[in-house]
Amino acid sequence: MIDFDLSEEQKCLQQMIRNFAKTEISPGAADRDEKMSFPHELIPKMAAMKLLGIAIPEKYGGAGLGAMETAIVLEEIGRVDGATALIVASHNALCTAHLYRFGTEAQRERYVVPLAKGEKLGAWALTEAGSGSDAAALQTTAVLDGDAWVINGSKLFTTQGATAGITVMMASTLPGGGAGGISAFVVEKGTPGLTVGKVENKLGVRASDTAALHFEDLRIPKANLIGACGEGFQDVLQILDGGRIGIGAMAVGLARGALEESIHYAKEREQFGHPIADFQAIQAKLSDMSSEIEAARLLVYRAALLKDHGDDFKLAASEAKLFASEMAMRATSQAIQIHGGVGYLKEAPVERYFRDAKICEIGEGTSEIQRRVIAKELLR
Amino acid sequence: MKIAVCIKQVPATESKIKPSSDGKEIDRTGLSYVVNPYDEFGVEEALRIKERLESSVTVVTMGTERAEEALRTCLALGADQAIHIKDDLLRGGDAYGVALVLTTALMKEHYDIIFFGKQAVDDDSGAVGIHVAELMGLPHVAVINKLDLKPEEGRALASRQIEGATEMVNIKLPAVFTCQKGLNEPRYASLPGIMKAKQKPLTTLTLADLGVDKDAVGAKGAKLVVDCIKAPRVRSTGNIIDKNPSESVEELVRLLRDEAKVL
Repeated sequence: MIDFDLSEEQKCLQQMIRNFAKTEISPGAADRDEKMSFPHELIPKMAAMKLLGIAIPEKYGGAGLGAMETAIVLEEIGRVDGATALIVASHNALCTAHLYRFGTEAQRERYVVPLAKGEKLGAWALTEAGSGSDAAALQTTAVLDGDAWVINGSKLFTTQGATAGITVMMASTLPGGGAGGISAFVVEKGTPGLTVGKVENKLGVRASDTAALHFEDLRIPKANLIGACGEGFQDVLQILDGGRIGIGAMAVGLARGALEESIHYAKEREQFGHPIADFQAIQAKLSDMSSEIEAARLLVYRAALLKDHGDDFKLAASEAKLFASEMAMRATSQAIQIHGGVGYLKEAPVERYFRDAKICEIGEGTSEIQRRVIAKELLR
Repeated sequence: MKIAVCIKQVPATESKIKPSSDGKEIDRTGLSYVVNPYDEFGVEEALRIKERLESSVTVVTMGTERAEEALRTCLALGADQAIHIKDDLLRGGDAYGVALVLTTALMKEHYDIIFFGKQAVDDDSGAVGIHVAELMGLPHVAVINKLDLKPEEGRALASRQIEGATEMVNIKLPAVFTCQKGLNEPRYASLPGIMKAKQKPLTTLTLADLGVDKDAVGAKGAKLVVDCIKAPRVRSTGNIIDKNPSESVEELVRLLRDEAKVL
């Protein structure tokens, strides 16, 4: 028999994060979205709860938990605010995970500890103007000059690009070498040669900053190379696999938010002398949303459990992310439909959930890339 | 400092409460439960003392099987151990019976400070903490919003809001305090705190373990009996007369005479 139940501790954790999300994150979410203002005030609170180092061992300042607990946390935060969920997801699963997983002991001490403790925020810079889904086509270069790497180039769409204290960035150490010439580096805020460019004005997840980063003759110590030189692309793919579980969890949270708001609204709103929840057309929408949310959550949990058990989770992570993010688009769209005209207004949280959900189909590998990953695994 | 915090598990504050079918109790179907919010101030205050002074924090509750969740929540926040008093014979008891049982449990150790919430948000009686102080022969300050410990003098300075003023009470420890909103800002449990809560000691005690006379507590020992619980009367929506002034007056007079029958 497959056990679909969370452990007592996981349930307690879920309840606590639900309470925290409702009391601390939800109240300012619409305002932060409107003003594109980063939730700086939430960072110390989340740090105290160890939400910024969920899967990092306690020895390095984290909570010592795994992908499953990360998924539980991200669903609960995503339930009220996609932007904060994205911040927590990318900080944990991309930057911090990359440095922990492939960093040296010295790099763990120097970078992972402040990241896991939430003293510094992390960003992870891969995408460039000419390389998105074709990540290996990146043009930023890193050249060894004596004891320093000299980096030149620009990154686009970096989540936390403007707020991060520590950035993991990918550059080519073998120009023209494609995937085989890519290496990862860690760069600290304030390093001469690093400038934050345009902060993007986005459709959704607006409180999470997305910025361009420019590297101009940036010199970093030789020791800032993460992992083996020229093997960064393999590491990047593994990190993305882990990140996808988190995006799936966030999508489940947004969809659940859409469903819960819709149930509430359908019971209150009366038309033709009845609450609209009495009408089968509305009931069908709610039923479909609920069934799809449950299915997506199980896919996310399965991928997380495989990862926590040390099994191959690449296929499961892509399937979870693909289904959950497309499901979240359907659910949030139906939520607006149930709300009617009210749902189209900024006052309705479902309007924000709809806009936030879209990023799940794009970030950390588009749906098209997920289908490619899945097909590749199937047809191997 | 040895600190005890007495807590109660109550229906979540946003719950919609309905009387049960026999009208003696509330209908508990579908309710979710939390630690009484005023008790959380007591837990937080105890944890803050522990952060400054060498202390141990024990959380105590009397309740059904389910109440263990509330104790685990407090252990996740940072309490060191928990005592769960659980016995079917306790059903139907009143505040005095609860106080008698808690007193017996608290007397088994020497606590310097005992915290209670100022009241539980379910029955709002606000009596248990003060009953316990009386039964234990300890001084108490109720409804505190500030507490300064003077451990070297064995005393504490507690503040409470009274009509138009703040009352400062200098009190000798051991003592009982009941906590009011404003005393502190309760923390959220950390993820490692939650995962470790299960390993912390939780002792379950029955009336027999405590040596409490079963006839003195529960429904048998209750000094007050709840006759019935009624839902507040549903207020009908107001009637807006939306006509021109002279017609409105006419309509109002008609309604007052014919429908309200007050004229």
